[in-house]
Amino acid sequence: MLSYIFYILSGLTILTAIMMIAARNPVHSVLYLIITFFLISGQYLLMNAQFLFVVNIIVYAGAIMVLFLFVLMLLNLNKETEPQKSMKTKLAGVISGGLLLVNLLGALVKSNSSTESLPITDVGLVKNLGMVLFTDFVVPFEISSILFLAAMVGAVLVGKRHKGEMEAISE
Amino acid sequence: MPPIDHYIWLSSILFSIGVIGVLIRRNGIVLLMCVELMLNAVNLLFTAFATNFQDSAGQVFVFFIMVVAAAEVAVGLAILVMIYRNTKSVDISLLDKLKQ
Repeated sequence: MLSYIFYILSGLTILTAIMMIAARNPVHSVLYLIITFFLISGQYLLMNAQFLFVVNIIVYAGAIMVLFLFVLMLLNLNKETEPQKSMKTKLAGVISGGLLLVNLLGALVKSNSSTESLPITDVGLVKNLGMVLFTDFVVPFEISSILFLAAMVGAVLVGKRHKGEMEAISE
Repeated sequence: MPPIDHYIWLSSILFSIGVIGVLIRRNGIVLLMCVELMLNAVNLLFTAFATNFQDSAGQVFVFFIMVVAAAEVAVGLAILVMIYRNTKSVDISLLDKLKQ
């Protein structure tokens, strides 16, 4: 039963991912990517990784994609005027990506990997994951807050209008 | 539950779609989104292996990848806004000044 849900979710995920890169309108791309992230969250739930399920929805589908949508609207890019690459370049890109896929899967097919199904575990519950996060991984956890601070300061500094730039824009 | 192989298949396909997106699109924001898709494919595989080996370290690592991705998006979008302010476009093929 769970396997069927996995295959349905996988098919939809791949479909929406392809729609994401194929959509001409950037806003449609963002919306398809949000659907893709929700479907990937479904995969997390299927693996009983409840913490990652919630965090994926809040951080990715919630915060990051809203940030993307916000910037798109702010720059007024929600139209289909994006210049397209030439057909030859697109074909070359698809072929190179497909070759990468063949390469990755070729290595998998040759290996004699197990065909037994994934075990059902409770390592992904909030309680167990929090225990590991605040005992074994507490130093990286604290360092990540410094990373956030650095990213915040960097984003503000890069995005800030510098002196004298205002006149150049208004001219 | 499906075997681990099928998760590897799914993640490889999603990663390749992200790579193709980076290669065929010119909009800088869509490029960043394709990078996010690739990160998510890796996250999915990390979680699948953590479940397979019943080890929570893999899931903690996914959490840290999400942290880094959030920081990366904030800085990346700030840079894109800066590029838009200077060139009035987010077309990355205009950014070839180093070639000359």
